[in-house]
Amino acid sequence: MTVFYVLMVFMIIGAIVAVETKNMLSAVIAVGAVGVGASVIFLFLRAPDIAITQVIVEVLSLIILIRVTIRADNYAIERRQDNFANIVGLVFVGLFLVFAFWAYKGLPEFGNPLMRVSSSYLREGTRETGAANIVASVILDYRAYDTLGEAIVLFTSILGAFVILRPKGRKHTSEKDKGSFGIIEDKEIKGSR
Amino acid sequence: MEGMTKIVKTVARLVIGFILLYGASIVIYGHITPGGGFAGGVFISIAYVLIMLAFSKKVAMRKLSNFAASLSDNLGAFSFFIIGLLGSIFSGYFLYNFINHGTPFRLVSAGTIPLSNIAIGVKVGASLYAILVALSIYGRVLTEKEEE
Repeated sequence: MTVFYVLMVFMIIGAIVAVETKNMLSAVIAVGAVGVGASVIFLFLRAPDIAITQVIVEVLSLIILIRVTIRADNYAIERRQDNFANIVGLVFVGLFLVFAFWAYKGLPEFGNPLMRVSSSYLREGTRETGAANIVASVILDYRAYDTLGEAIVLFTSILGAFVILRPKGRKHTSEKDKGSFGIIEDKEIKGSR
Repeated sequence: MEGMTKIVKTVARLVIGFILLYGASIVIYGHITPGGGFAGGVFISIAYVLIMLAFSKKVAMRKLSNFAASLSDNLGAFSFFIIGLLGSIFSGYFLYNFINHGTPFRLVSAGTIPLSNIAIGVKVGASLYAILVALSIYGRVLTEKEEE
Protein backbone atom coordinates (compact mmCIF):
# COMPACT_ATOMS: atom_id res chain seq x y z
CA MET A 1 0.00 0.00 0.00
CA THR A 2 2.86 2.42 0.71
CA VAL A 3 4.09 2.17 -2.89
CA PHE A 4 0.77 3.61 -4.06
CA TYR A 5 1.12 6.60 -1.75
CA VAL A 6 4.72 7.20 -2.91
CA LEU A 7 3.67 7.06 -6.58
CA MET A 8 0.63 9.23 -5.88
CA VAL A 9 2.79 11.95 -4.25
CA PHE A 10 5.21 11.71 -7.21
CA MET A 11 2.35 12.18 -9.68
CA ILE A 12 0.88 15.12 -7.73
CA ILE A 13 4.29 16.84 -7.63
CA GLY A 14 4.66 16.26 -11.37
CA ALA A 15 1.22 17.73 -12.06
CA ILE A 16 1.95 20.83 -9.94
CA VAL A 17 5.28 21.32 -11.75
CA ALA A 18 3.50 20.98 -15.10
CA VAL A 19 1.02 23.70 -14.18
CA GLU A 20 3.39 26.11 -12.45
CA THR A 21 6.55 26.02 -14.55
CA LYS A 22 7.21 28.84 -17.01
CA ASN A 23 9.02 26.70 -19.59
CA MET A 24 6.70 24.82 -21.96
CA LEU A 25 9.16 21.98 -22.59
CA SER A 26 9.56 21.26 -18.86
CA ALA A 27 5.77 21.31 -18.52
CA VAL A 28 5.48 18.65 -21.25
CA ILE A 29 8.15 16.50 -19.59
CA ALA A 30 6.40 16.82 -16.21
CA VAL A 31 3.16 15.61 -17.83
CA GLY A 32 5.14 12.62 -19.13
CA ALA A 33 6.35 11.88 -15.59
CA VAL A 34 2.73 11.85 -14.40
CA GLY A 35 1.88 9.34 -17.16
CA VAL A 36 4.77 7.05 -16.21
CA GLY A 37 3.60 7.12 -12.57
CA ALA A 38 0.09 6.11 -13.68
CA SER A 39 1.52 3.26 -15.74
CA VAL A 40 3.55 1.91 -12.78
CA ILE A 41 0.44 2.12 -10.57
CA PHE A 42 -1.47 0.03 -13.14
CA LEU A 43 1.36 -2.55 -13.07
CA PHE A 44 1.16 -2.80 -9.27
CA LEU A 45 -2.63 -3.20 -9.54
CA ARG A 46 -1.99 -6.24 -11.82
CA ALA A 47 -3.44 -4.69 -14.97
CA PRO A 48 -0.67 -5.22 -17.56
CA ASP A 49 -3.00 -4.46 -20.50
CA ILE A 50 -3.71 -0.96 -19.25
CA ALA A 51 -0.07 -0.45 -18.24
CA ILE A 52 1.20 -1.26 -21.75
CA THR A 53 -1.42 0.99 -23.36
CA GLN A 54 -0.76 3.83 -20.90
CA VAL A 55 3.02 3.85 -21.35
CA ILE A 56 2.94 3.60 -25.15
CA VAL A 57 0.24 6.26 -25.59
CA GLU A 58 2.22 8.47 -23.20
CA VAL A 59 5.32 8.10 -25.40
CA LEU A 60 3.39 9.00 -28.57
CA SER A 61 1.62 11.99 -27.00
CA LEU A 62 4.95 13.19 -25.59
CA ILE A 63 6.48 13.06 -29.08
CA ILE A 64 3.57 15.05 -30.54
CA LEU A 65 3.58 17.60 -27.70
CA ILE A 66 7.36 18.11 -27.91
CA ARG A 67 7.10 18.57 -31.69
CA VAL A 68 4.39 21.16 -31.15
CA THR A 69 6.12 23.08 -28.35
CA ILE A 70 9.65 23.04 -29.77
CA ARG A 71 8.72 25.50 -32.52
CA ALA A 72 6.39 27.73 -30.51
CA ASP A 73 7.39 30.37 -28.00
CA ASN A 74 8.99 28.47 -25.19
CA TYR A 75 7.74 30.64 -22.36
CA ALA A 76 4.26 31.07 -20.93
CA ILE A 77 2.61 34.46 -20.96
CA GLU A 78 2.93 36.36 -17.69
CA ARG A 79 -0.40 37.33 -16.20
CA ARG A 80 -1.25 39.10 -12.99
CA GLN A 81 -2.78 37.27 -10.07
CA ASP A 82 -6.57 37.52 -9.80
CA ASN A 83 -7.54 37.19 -6.13
CA PHE A 84 -11.27 36.78 -6.77
CA ALA A 85 -10.70 33.87 -9.18
CA ASN A 86 -8.34 32.20 -6.70
CA ILE A 87 -10.87 32.48 -3.85
CA VAL A 88 -13.75 31.18 -5.98
CA GLY A 89 -11.60 28.27 -7.14
CA LEU A 90 -10.66 27.37 -3.57
CA VAL A 91 -14.32 27.52 -2.43
CA PHE A 92 -15.41 25.20 -5.23
CA VAL A 93 -12.58 22.75 -4.56
CA GLY A 94 -13.56 22.74 -0.88
CA LEU A 95 -17.21 22.08 -1.74
CA PHE A 96 -16.16 19.26 -4.08
CA LEU A 97 -14.03 17.67 -1.35
CA VAL A 98 -16.91 17.79 1.17
CA PHE A 99 -19.43 16.21 -1.21
CA ALA A 100 -16.88 13.68 -2.46
CA PHE A 101 -16.20 12.63 1.16
CA TRP A 102 -19.92 11.95 1.67
CA ALA A 103 -20.32 10.21 -1.67
CA TYR A 104 -17.26 7.96 -1.37
CA LYS A 105 -18.26 6.77 2.13
CA GLY A 106 -20.96 4.63 0.51
CA LEU A 107 -18.62 2.94 -1.96
CA PRO A 108 -17.03 -0.46 -1.24
CA GLU A 109 -13.49 -0.65 0.17
CA PHE A 110 -10.46 -0.30 -2.12
CA GLY A 111 -9.77 -3.68 -3.75
CA ASN A 112 -13.12 -5.21 -2.69
CA PRO A 113 -15.57 -4.59 -5.53
CA LEU A 114 -19.16 -5.79 -5.37
CA MET A 115 -18.56 -8.35 -8.16
CA ARG A 116 -22.07 -9.25 -9.30
CA VAL A 117 -21.72 -9.10 -13.08
CA SER A 118 -17.94 -9.18 -13.19
CA SER A 119 -17.72 -12.35 -11.08
CA SER A 120 -19.81 -14.14 -13.69
CA TYR A 121 -17.46 -12.80 -16.38
CA LEU A 122 -14.47 -14.12 -14.42
CA ARG A 123 -16.02 -17.56 -13.94
CA GLU A 124 -17.55 -18.07 -17.39
CA GLY A 125 -15.38 -15.81 -19.57
CA THR A 126 -12.89 -18.35 -20.88
CA ARG A 127 -15.52 -21.03 -21.41
CA GLU A 128 -18.03 -18.78 -23.16
CA THR A 129 -15.68 -16.84 -25.44
CA GLY A 130 -12.62 -19.10 -25.75
CA ALA A 131 -10.20 -16.22 -25.08
CA ALA A 132 -7.52 -16.87 -22.46
CA ASN A 133 -7.03 -13.13 -21.84
CA ILE A 134 -10.07 -12.12 -19.81
CA VAL A 135 -9.66 -8.45 -20.78
CA ALA A 136 -9.92 -9.31 -24.47
CA SER A 137 -13.01 -11.40 -23.82
CA VAL A 138 -14.65 -8.46 -22.05
CA ILE A 139 -13.73 -5.62 -24.44
CA LEU A 140 -14.29 -7.54 -27.68
CA ASP A 141 -17.12 -9.92 -26.76
CA TYR A 142 -19.22 -8.86 -23.76
CA ARG A 143 -18.64 -5.13 -24.21
CA ALA A 144 -17.86 -4.94 -27.94
CA TYR A 145 -20.29 -2.05 -28.37
CA ASP A 146 -18.03 0.12 -26.21
CA THR A 147 -15.00 -0.81 -28.32
CA LEU A 148 -16.92 0.11 -31.48
CA GLY A 149 -17.77 3.46 -29.89
CA GLU A 150 -14.11 4.00 -28.99
CA ALA A 151 -13.08 3.25 -32.58
CA ILE A 152 -15.68 5.75 -33.82
CA VAL A 153 -14.38 8.40 -31.38
CA LEU A 154 -10.85 7.96 -32.75
CA PHE A 155 -12.17 8.05 -36.33
CA THR A 156 -14.01 11.30 -35.65
CA SER A 157 -10.94 12.89 -34.07
CA ILE A 158 -8.86 12.06 -37.16
CA LEU A 159 -11.59 13.51 -39.35
CA GLY A 160 -11.55 16.70 -37.28
CA ALA A 161 -7.77 16.99 -37.43
CA PHE A 162 -7.74 16.59 -41.21
CA VAL A 163 -10.58 19.07 -41.71
CA ILE A 164 -9.14 21.76 -39.44
CA LEU A 165 -5.53 21.44 -40.62
CA ARG A 166 -6.12 20.99 -44.37
CA PRO A 167 -4.16 23.46 -46.51
CA LYS A 168 -6.99 24.46 -48.86
CA GLY A 169 -9.06 26.12 -46.17
CA ARG A 170 -6.34 28.64 -45.44
CA LYS A 171 -6.42 30.27 -48.86
CA HIS A 172 -8.74 33.22 -49.33
CA THR A 173 -10.80 33.23 -52.50
CA SER A 174 -11.15 36.96 -53.16
CA GLU A 175 -9.58 40.25 -52.15
CA LYS A 176 -12.35 41.32 -49.80
CA ASP A 177 -12.01 38.17 -47.68
CA LYS A 178 -8.63 39.39 -46.52
CA GLY A 179 -8.70 40.78 -43.06
CA SER A 180 -12.40 40.29 -42.51
CA PHE A 181 -11.91 36.87 -40.92
CA GLY A 182 -8.50 37.55 -39.48
CA ILE A 183 -6.66 35.63 -42.19
CA ILE A 184 -2.96 36.36 -42.06
CA GLU A 185 -1.19 37.29 -45.27
CA ASP A 186 0.99 34.50 -46.62
CA LYS A 187 3.92 36.87 -46.99
CA GLU A 188 3.93 37.76 -43.30
CA ILE A 189 4.09 34.11 -42.29
CA LYS A 190 6.85 33.35 -44.78
CA GLY A 191 8.81 36.35 -43.63
CA SER A 192 8.68 35.38 -39.96
CA ARG A 193 10.14 31.89 -40.52
CA MET B 1 21.51 15.87 -45.12
CA GLU B 2 17.87 15.56 -44.10
CA GLY B 3 16.72 14.12 -40.81
CA MET B 4 18.80 13.63 -37.69
CA THR B 5 22.45 12.64 -37.31
CA LYS B 6 24.08 9.43 -38.51
CA ILE B 7 24.02 7.87 -35.01
CA VAL B 8 20.25 8.30 -34.71
CA LYS B 9 19.70 6.99 -38.24
CA THR B 10 21.77 3.82 -37.66
CA VAL B 11 20.08 3.03 -34.35
CA ALA B 12 16.64 3.69 -35.84
CA ARG B 13 17.40 1.40 -38.79
CA LEU B 14 18.26 -1.42 -36.36
CA VAL B 15 15.32 -0.87 -34.01
CA ILE B 16 12.36 -0.17 -36.34
CA GLY B 17 11.95 -3.80 -37.43
CA PHE B 18 11.80 -5.02 -33.85
CA ILE B 19 9.24 -2.36 -32.90
CA LEU B 20 7.03 -3.38 -35.83
CA LEU B 21 7.36 -7.08 -34.96
CA TYR B 22 6.54 -6.43 -31.29
CA GLY B 23 3.50 -4.41 -32.26
CA ALA B 24 2.30 -7.14 -34.63
CA SER B 25 2.79 -9.85 -31.99
CA ILE B 26 0.88 -7.81 -29.40
CA VAL B 27 -1.99 -7.42 -31.87
CA ILE B 28 -2.08 -11.05 -33.03
CA TYR B 29 -1.67 -12.60 -29.55
CA GLY B 30 -4.08 -10.07 -28.01
CA HIS B 31 -6.58 -12.75 -26.97
CA ILE B 32 -3.93 -14.85 -25.15
CA THR B 33 -1.42 -12.44 -23.60
CA PRO B 34 -1.80 -8.88 -22.26
CA GLY B 35 -2.16 -6.25 -24.93
CA GLY B 36 -4.62 -6.11 -27.76
CA GLY B 37 -5.52 -4.09 -30.79
CA PHE B 38 -5.17 -0.62 -29.33
CA ALA B 39 -1.75 -1.07 -27.67
CA GLY B 40 -0.30 -2.97 -30.64
CA GLY B 41 -1.64 -0.38 -33.06
CA VAL B 42 0.09 2.40 -31.15
CA PHE B 43 3.35 0.39 -31.35
CA ILE B 44 2.99 0.12 -35.14
CA SER B 45 2.30 3.84 -35.48
CA ILE B 46 5.33 4.63 -33.29
CA ALA B 47 7.58 2.70 -35.72
CA TYR B 48 6.44 4.96 -38.56
CA VAL B 49 6.74 8.06 -36.37
CA LEU B 50 10.34 7.01 -35.64
CA ILE B 51 11.01 6.78 -39.39
CA MET B 52 9.55 10.25 -39.80
CA LEU B 53 11.61 11.77 -36.98
CA ALA B 54 14.92 10.03 -37.64
CA PHE B 55 15.03 10.17 -41.44
CA SER B 56 12.66 12.73 -42.90
CA LYS B 57 9.06 13.38 -43.76
CA LYS B 58 9.72 12.35 -47.36
CA VAL B 59 11.05 8.88 -46.45
CA ALA B 60 8.13 8.21 -44.10
CA MET B 61 5.63 9.31 -46.73
CA ARG B 62 7.26 6.96 -49.22
CA LYS B 63 6.82 4.02 -46.80
CA LEU B 64 3.21 4.86 -45.89
CA SER B 65 1.68 7.75 -47.75
CA ASN B 66 -0.94 10.11 -46.50
CA PHE B 67 -3.61 8.47 -48.65
CA ALA B 68 -2.62 4.92 -47.65
CA ALA B 69 -2.75 5.82 -43.94
CA SER B 70 -6.17 7.37 -44.33
CA LEU B 71 -7.38 4.40 -46.38
CA SER B 72 -6.19 1.76 -43.90
CA ASP B 73 -7.70 3.80 -41.07
CA ASN B 74 -11.08 3.68 -42.81
CA LEU B 75 -10.70 0.00 -43.76
CA GLY B 76 -9.87 -1.01 -40.17
CA ALA B 77 -12.92 0.74 -38.74
CA PHE B 78 -15.11 -0.60 -41.54
CA SER B 79 -13.96 -4.22 -41.14
CA PHE B 80 -14.68 -4.09 -37.39
CA PHE B 81 -18.18 -2.91 -38.24
CA ILE B 82 -18.49 -5.67 -40.89
CA ILE B 83 -17.52 -8.30 -38.28
CA GLY B 84 -20.31 -6.99 -36.07
CA LEU B 85 -22.76 -7.02 -38.96
CA LEU B 86 -21.83 -10.62 -39.88
CA GLY B 87 -22.60 -11.61 -36.28
CA SER B 88 -25.99 -10.01 -36.64
CA ILE B 89 -26.61 -11.86 -39.93
CA PHE B 90 -25.49 -15.32 -38.74
CA SER B 91 -26.85 -15.34 -35.20
CA GLY B 92 -29.23 -12.44 -34.78
CA TYR B 93 -27.17 -10.24 -32.41
CA PHE B 94 -24.90 -7.37 -33.46
CA LEU B 95 -21.22 -8.12 -32.67
CA TYR B 96 -22.06 -11.69 -31.66
CA ASN B 97 -19.11 -14.11 -31.46
CA PHE B 98 -20.38 -16.37 -34.23
CA ILE B 99 -17.22 -18.35 -35.19
CA ASN B 100 -16.42 -21.63 -33.38
CA HIS B 101 -14.51 -20.79 -30.18
CA GLY B 102 -11.96 -23.62 -30.30
CA THR B 103 -9.71 -24.54 -27.40
CA PRO B 104 -8.35 -21.71 -25.21
CA PHE B 105 -4.60 -20.80 -25.27
CA ARG B 106 -4.33 -21.63 -28.99
CA LEU B 107 -3.53 -18.97 -31.58
CA VAL B 108 -6.66 -19.80 -33.57
CA SER B 109 -9.32 -19.61 -30.90
CA ALA B 110 -11.88 -17.26 -29.40
CA GLY B 111 -13.88 -16.80 -32.59
CA THR B 112 -14.08 -13.22 -33.80
CA ILE B 113 -11.88 -11.71 -31.06
CA PRO B 114 -8.52 -12.02 -32.91
CA LEU B 115 -10.12 -10.72 -36.13
CA SER B 116 -11.49 -7.64 -34.37
CA ASN B 117 -8.11 -7.18 -32.66
CA ILE B 118 -6.37 -7.07 -36.05
CA ALA B 119 -8.97 -4.64 -37.42
CA ILE B 120 -8.57 -2.30 -34.43
CA GLY B 121 -4.77 -2.59 -34.61
CA VAL B 122 -4.69 -1.52 -38.28
CA LYS B 123 -7.15 1.28 -37.57
CA VAL B 124 -5.34 2.70 -34.53
CA GLY B 125 -1.87 2.38 -36.08
CA ALA B 126 -2.85 4.18 -39.27
CA SER B 127 -4.89 6.86 -37.57
CA LEU B 128 -2.30 7.90 -34.98
CA TYR B 129 0.33 8.11 -37.74
CA ALA B 130 -2.13 10.19 -39.76
CA ILE B 131 -2.51 12.64 -36.87
CA LEU B 132 1.23 13.32 -36.84
CA VAL B 133 1.26 13.63 -40.64
CA ALA B 134 -1.61 16.10 -40.49
CA LEU B 135 0.06 18.12 -37.75
CA SER B 136 3.45 18.29 -39.44
CA ILE B 137 2.35 18.78 -43.07
CA TYR B 138 -0.99 20.53 -43.09
CA GLY B 139 -0.52 22.61 -39.98
CA ARG B 140 1.50 25.35 -41.65
CA VAL B 141 1.45 27.38 -44.82
CA LEU B 142 3.60 25.78 -47.49
CA THR B 143 6.78 27.60 -48.42
CA GLU B 144 7.42 28.49 -52.05
CA LYS B 145 9.81 25.60 -52.64
CA GLU B 146 7.33 22.96 -51.45
CA GLU B 147 4.42 24.34 -53.45
CA GLU B 148 6.02 23.35 -56.74
